[in-house]
Amino acid sequence: MRNYRSTPVYAVLTALLVFAIGPLVVLVFNALKTRREAATDAIGPPSSVRLQNFVDAFDQGNLGQTMLNSALITAGTVIGVCVIAGLAAYALTRLEIRGGGAVTAYLLVATAIPAQLFLVPLFFLWTNLGLYDSRFGLVVIYWALYSPLATLLLRSYFVGLPRDFEDAARIDGAGELRVLRDVVLPLARPGLTTVALVVGLFAWNEFFFAITFLQDDTKMPVVTSYLAFTQSFTRDWTLTSAAALIIVLPVLVLFIGLQRKFIDGLTASGLKG
Amino acid sequence: MAVAVRRRGTSAHLRARRRLGWLFLAPLLVVNVLVIIGPSIAALYYSFTDWSGIGEANWIGLDNYTRLLEDPAFRSGLLHNLQWTAIFLTVPMAMALAGAFLLSRVTRFRLLFRVAFFVPYVIASVVSASIWENLLDPQAGIGSALGIPGLEGTSFFGDPSLALPAVAFVDIWHFWGFLLVLFLASMQSIDRELYEAARVDGAGLWREFRDITLPGIRPTLVFAVVLVTIWSFLTFDYVYIITEGGPAGATETAATLLYKNVFEYNEAGYAAAMGLTLSVVAFVVMAFYGIARKLGWRV
Repeated sequence: MRNYRSTPVYAVLTALLVFAIGPLVVLVFNALKTRREAATDAIGPPSSVRLQNFVDAFDQGNLGQTMLNSALITAGTVIGVCVIAGLAAYALTRLEIRGGGAVTAYLLVATAIPAQLFLVPLFFLWTNLGLYDSRFGLVVIYWALYSPLATLLLRSYFVGLPRDFEDAARIDGAGELRVLRDVVLPLARPGLTTVALVVGLFAWNEFFFAITFLQDDTKMPVVTSYLAFTQSFTRDWTLTSAAALIIVLPVLVLFIGLQRKFIDGLTASGLKG
Repeated sequence: MAVAVRRRGTSAHLRARRRLGWLFLAPLLVVNVLVIIGPSIAALYYSFTDWSGIGEANWIGLDNYTRLLEDPAFRSGLLHNLQWTAIFLTVPMAMALAGAFLLSRVTRFRLLFRVAFFVPYVIASVVSASIWENLLDPQAGIGSALGIPGLEGTSFFGDPSLALPAVAFVDIWHFWGFLLVLFLASMQSIDRELYEAARVDGAGLWREFRDITLPGIRPTLVFAVVLVTIWSFLTFDYVYIITEGGPAGATETAATLLYKNVFEYNEAGYAAAMGLTLSVVAFVVMAFYGIARKLGWRV
């Protein structure tokens, strides 16, 4: 029924698929090899499975500590951004404030402001405030970085929510806080989940601010400590590959489980900034 | 919206709602003033000073900006950003367009392909970098494993003439799936009847792509060009992780140079001027885009 055959189309798509996934397959292979095998063959599948690499990588890379740091930083960022952006989006869509348009305009600009613009004074401000080399200090930066985007996403989500229940609750004498908590929040849950996933991914993977604002090994998130780890074990692919897999596994599991929400959220966030 | 409220409450009621509105906006505004707005304004001031990062900042007028104009390191950094932009506006763009178009023309396994193409985008930059440092290793990488002459023994990140495209390549692996998904979403909103009409006319894949798909996704395409251009002028992570600007400055971009000026050379004022200049580039690109849209161009 078509004018073209689909076999060549699938051939091209498969080639692109190999390009995208192949390197990750090699990563899994190397994480399972013995060091001796990796030294002679750094690409092919392992002849036997060595799970000890994960134990070694976990110990030598201090992943127990740094994964915990990443989890704390990510959780703090996600919760904070959801609260900040949820309140702001509610104000912008439900509480007829004057100047709301200016705030929205700022949010659009903010998603495009380069970090290089404010990095220098921010660094010295954070040093003076005692927020340098503090996980909380980094989380506050992430709140500011991601809340404009999250507010825009939630704002467009709130606009699409039906208002009948809210109005009914208000007529019944409910205050705005109760309307927000009991009526809007349950309806907004899908939007909040998308925001949480997108922001969580950004926070878990974020590199630039993490390497700039955290110095102490015991406070670093896993991505920046992994960089130091690869630099000290630069020739040991088995160890660095195993550590890499441990870092990406939580993200991959979540992504594959919730891929539609992830992709929709991320492309929408791209569209905003 | 406003009408509904006026009907419902007194003006005192309305004022209370507005106060509550600003209260709800307060956390957003406070963190943004503290982290982004305040420091951005401070950067404007410091860019006119000789500030080292600690101690006093003395006003030196436009000296930092005239110095920028003459600084060969900054010029070379910007040149690398331009090359980076050229690479990113072609290679990942073409891959994503081709991938998305072909994917939009088939029905089976579409979800699988889409997920697979997008996976590298969720991988942390440090991990992507280390994967490709392994794969492109001169001794143990794909080159020697597959015995490809020319690839074998080539140090992609160590050779000054190859390092920049090699680092860009790693970022492309990470990034192109994002573009693909963006394009695919846009392609799926194109009217199917157009394709059916083309098929009746006997059009092949290439003509469908050129005459229907490309015009159909033009706004998204322009948006992607804007996005990629801005990001290319600010690119930092992969360069910093893989080469730190080396070898011999071959991959130094404006952003990595700025970073060194702050943290190695103690030239905070000069770095602020650099950051401001980069931001102007980003804002000019954005402004052109915004004006073009306002003028009603179909972009």
